[in-house]
Amino acid sequence: MNVIFYIASIIAIMATIMVITGRNAVHSLLFLTVSLLAVGVVFFTLGAPFMAALEVIIYAGAIMVLFVFVVMMLNLGKAYEKMEESWFSYKAWLGPGILCVILLGELIYVFTVTKGSSQPLTVITPQEVGMSLFGPYILGVELAAMLLMAGIIGAYHIGRKKQKEYHRFLQKEEESV
Amino acid sequence: MNPIWAHILTLVLVLLVMVTIAAGLIYVERRMLAVWQDRLGPNRTGPFGLLQVLADMIKIFFKEDWIPKFADKRVFVLAPMIIMMTILMTFAVIPFTPLISVINLNIGVLFFLAMSSLGAYSVVLAGWSSNNKYSLLGAIRGSAQMLSYEVFMGISLMGVVVMAGTFNLHDIVMAQHSIWYFIPQFVGFIVFFIAGIAETHRLPFDIPEAESELVAGYHSEYSGMKFGMFFVGEYLGITLISALIVTLYFGGWRGPHFLPPVVWFLIKMFVFILIFILMRASLPRPRYDQLMSYGWKILLPLSLLNLLITGACVLYFAPGH
Repeated sequence: MNVIFYIASIIAIMATIMVITGRNAVHSLLFLTVSLLAVGVVFFTLGAPFMAALEVIIYAGAIMVLFVFVVMMLNLGKAYEKMEESWFSYKAWLGPGILCVILLGELIYVFTVTKGSSQPLTVITPQEVGMSLFGPYILGVELAAMLLMAGIIGAYHIGRKKQKEYHRFLQKEEESV
Repeated sequence: MNPIWAHILTLVLVLLVMVTIAAGLIYVERRMLAVWQDRLGPNRTGPFGLLQVLADMIKIFFKEDWIPKFADKRVFVLAPMIIMMTILMTFAVIPFTPLISVINLNIGVLFFLAMSSLGAYSVVLAGWSSNNKYSLLGAIRGSAQMLSYEVFMGISLMGVVVMAGTFNLHDIVMAQHSIWYFIPQFVGFIVFFIAGIAETHRLPFDIPEAESELVAGYHSEYSGMKFGMFFVGEYLGITLISALIVTLYFGGWRGPHFLPPVVWFLIKMFVFILIFILMRASLPRPRYDQLMSYGWKILLPLSLLNLLITGACVLYFAPGH
């Protein structure tokens, strides 16, 4: 399992780097999907199969498809890729890059100093996830449900357009009557 | 035999048998459509026209595999692979018999849902990368249809999960020892069946590739074996949905003892495959807005109600209540 964990983590990191450096929006989104799938595998190897499945169903399978859908509708062409290239200049990424390298160094230092937890890996079954969601975390679930409901109602309100449309043949008929 | 070799043998066997069944369905469908429509169908090549599949396959292998100059090449090649991979991977969790199954995953149902939601990429990417307006329209229709019908598909399955108390497909089959779930879960079964047709975009719901409006929809620009992969992928999808209906609602490999379990599984599976084909032969295509409003206004409330009532019944009749 350890080898699989490391391979999946490396894939996730590489794919995420490709997301940031990519010029084509759809290609970047595809790499982001690969990254999410790899994170799903990481969850699976860490003993959370339910989370792994949800990661794939919700993030990779639903949200990212919608993202691709929207980008597809925009249909950005070669001109957009040129513009993206001009934004991705030397000056833009050097500063944040150096800061990130410092943070990475700190992270590696912290990992080498502190010892990993000695607890053996336990597999969390879907039942246990459900028990804890509807047990101690019930308030969080209900708040999330309210937020989603508000989102649905808001989307419905924005999407609803009051307009009367008659079929072109039926309208003539009505006029003649 | 070494267990690892036995495992690999099962894996290869399942893959080969499923792809062969899917390819054979091309012949079965043409032949059965002909029977139901009072025609003869392909009957010239070999006995009963059985070699027609072989002829079709040879033809499709040797056709020119052309990638349009205006297409996004990498994504164009990737799209047909996704549909084959996601569907074939789902066959891994299906218990064909107590012994023949590739993996006994404790999140089997979720694995199927995950793979079917990834299958939507195939349609979206094929349509986008073709750089053709008909393909794009087909992809837009296809992705909206697949995303919405996935919702009811997932919720309708939850009734079975609640009754069996597990996501594991083996345990769901084991839990059907007294009664097959299509009786207590009839509403869920109907919703799952309809959503299954929409997921595989078979004929009553084949609006993404409506040939009278969109040439061939999202795979208009595909030719040769890449088109073949979409084509076989559709039949693989039918086989998969039929196998899942059998596993979840019709007791999987269970049946009277005079036939081995795998035969029972295949018989039940073929009954549903034939129902899929019969629906193609008999039902007209709805309009796109009818398809969407039918899904969201009828199937979603129905599947939610089904889940609610199932949950209430399971709690009420639970021992120790």
